[in-house]
Amino acid sequence: MSSMAESVPAGDAARVPALQLKNISKSFGAVQALRDVDFEVYSGEVVGLVGDNGAGKSTLVKTIAGVNTPDTGEIIVNGQRVHIGTPADATKLGIETVYQDLALCDNLDVVNNLYLGREATGVGAGPLSLLNELEMERRTVEVLRQLEVKIPSVRSVVASLSGGQRQSIAVAKTILRNARVVLLDEPTAALGVAQTRQVLNLIKRLREEGLAVVVISHNLADIFEVVDRVVVMRLGRRVATYDIHTTTPEQVVGAITGAEFGEVAENGDASDAAQTA
Amino acid sequence: MSSDRTNVTTQEPDARKPTPSAPLPTPSVQDIGTWLRRGDIGQLPAILMLLAIVIAFQIVTGGDFLKPTNLSNLILQEVSTAVVALGAVMTLLLAEIDLSLAAVANLCGAVMTTLSVYQHLSAPLALLCGLGAGLVVGLINGFFVAVMRIPSFIVTLAAYIFYSGLLLHILLPNTTIRLFDPVLTGIMSNYVTFPWDVLIPIPIVVIYAGALLLERSRRAKTGLELEPAYAMWGRIGVVILLTVGALLIFESALGVPYSMFIVLGLLIIFWLLLRFTTYGRHVYAVGGSPEAARRAGIRVTAIRISVFALGSMLAGLGGILESSRTISASAQVDPRLLLLAIAVAVIGGVSLFGGRGSVWGVVLGILIIGSLENGLTLLSATGTDLKFMLEGAVLIAAVMLDAITRRRSAVSGR
Repeated sequence: MSSMAESVPAGDAARVPALQLKNISKSFGAVQALRDVDFEVYSGEVVGLVGDNGAGKSTLVKTIAGVNTPDTGEIIVNGQRVHIGTPADATKLGIETVYQDLALCDNLDVVNNLYLGREATGVGAGPLSLLNELEMERRTVEVLRQLEVKIPSVRSVVASLSGGQRQSIAVAKTILRNARVVLLDEPTAALGVAQTRQVLNLIKRLREEGLAVVVISHNLADIFEVVDRVVVMRLGRRVATYDIHTTTPEQVVGAITGAEFGEVAENGDASDAAQTA
Repeated sequence: MSSDRTNVTTQEPDARKPTPSAPLPTPSVQDIGTWLRRGDIGQLPAILMLLAIVIAFQIVTGGDFLKPTNLSNLILQEVSTAVVALGAVMTLLLAEIDLSLAAVANLCGAVMTTLSVYQHLSAPLALLCGLGAGLVVGLINGFFVAVMRIPSFIVTLAAYIFYSGLLLHILLPNTTIRLFDPVLTGIMSNYVTFPWDVLIPIPIVVIYAGALLLERSRRAKTGLELEPAYAMWGRIGVVILLTVGALLIFESALGVPYSMFIVLGLLIIFWLLLRFTTYGRHVYAVGGSPEAARRAGIRVTAIRISVFALGSMLAGLGGILESSRTISASAQVDPRLLLLAIAVAVIGGVSLFGGRGSVWGVVLGILIIGSLENGLTLLSATGTDLKFMLEGAVLIAAVMLDAITRRRSAVSGR
């Protein structure tokens, strides 16, 4: 099993994006959720993906994760054009998504959750293979230490962990799968202050490890804390991209709501967005 | 790992505790608490309940209860229920319920008996056919639950009624048929006597202790967290104590019944299967969160069908053992067998909500239910009314405990 260390350091690799989308469009019936969206994230970079409800963030993430297939457009991973038709395809390409509802088994301990579905085994074949608990536990301790995730014990049942710890476990799970691109859907929603801090630190660790990280969030304070670039979506389009060091929350909010461009509601869609904003 | 990071997360109640790789602290009260919480605290109330029941009956019956012949008798009476209960554990682990277990048990016993009596099938063949009937029934139930996604409650209730009818049909025009085959009846009436009854368990206990010691040394070598040494020795001690105790009781009576080895063998096999294999881990995962299991790439449908198949086969084996014990197959499904089997599993700490519990809970559960049955029968011939009421109360207590445990863990998990 290769470790994270092999990932390309930040800013290197002649700026080939770890993941790039070109001209992605997607319609659900009459609703056009994505219109000619370009998107890119580099190794060792955290990109914030923001936008109001219905702006197309989730659709974009689902497209990358293989839950949706785009109607048009192409996906490029490390310079190679790829087809992502199923979540398994995404996993094979090193793209992992952590959804809001975490997908952990509450009744299993941390080690078992991290290795669920891809257990290390010893003698035996197929479903009757004996579990190699030692190896799994050793790797779990290693990865959690690497990510500076603190939990009482790797043998704690997940149900007994705090929200921040659970989120950390869900993220660590993607690392064990040798992810190169990690998509985090609202990673700090419903977390307390200390727990949010824990998860934000974890995201910074992922960047230091050279992963490409996409964070979807409504919380601009969190976005400004961890991301390098922020991509704003509105009504299915990518409307703005900012370097986090040269922008302000006001500017980003303006882009999210459309106020920055002095737009007046021009059609039904836009007035909907204005109302929700 | 930099320790100064901890101050960032001090509001995390657990952040102060040692990291997983920290050197082993010396045993303290806190360690025992952690060990208990992580380990077998769920069994503690049941153990206390068993002790209370045993002591009460020992006093009330004037010492008859703990006599070796009575205990040997008690265990023999409950062997088939224990095997059916093991089947109930399988489906409960998936948070499903199998209401057809008792009917399937009777059906499989009847299949074996009729084939042996009327078709003159050899003993092993008749037995295999009985088990095969269980397998088929389980696969059908599993298909409806896992593929058609019909609630298991309805599927197995329908199956219960259907197989009760099939059972009547098979045995027509009789209500009971007598089993003659000496091998089949011998399963429950023969005993393993000295020295073999002592020699067989010894290597098992030695292997168990050896495995624990080996595991511990390998963990130490890898630098992983170790459980306190007294916990390990405690476990080995308990196993030795139980083995010696059981042997003493059986030796003072007629020897160890074959069926005892069958039940223990099954428990060990299913313990190994559920605890140490990928398959078992996936069963627990599906029981805990089917959605998480599915996302992890586990074939949830296959797991569900296989669990129903295994559960029904175990129920079938329970029925076969019962036919062997009563030397007959009856057309009447014992209405209490089903509830007793589920009660045994739940009393033994297997959660109705899925994903929690161990096959060893069956041992505890069967001892509690068996003691109640046996003790109340010893007390008086009119004990049936009291027996039913007590068993019902014990079941409710066990389910309540399960619900409270679950709520508490949900609260602590936030």
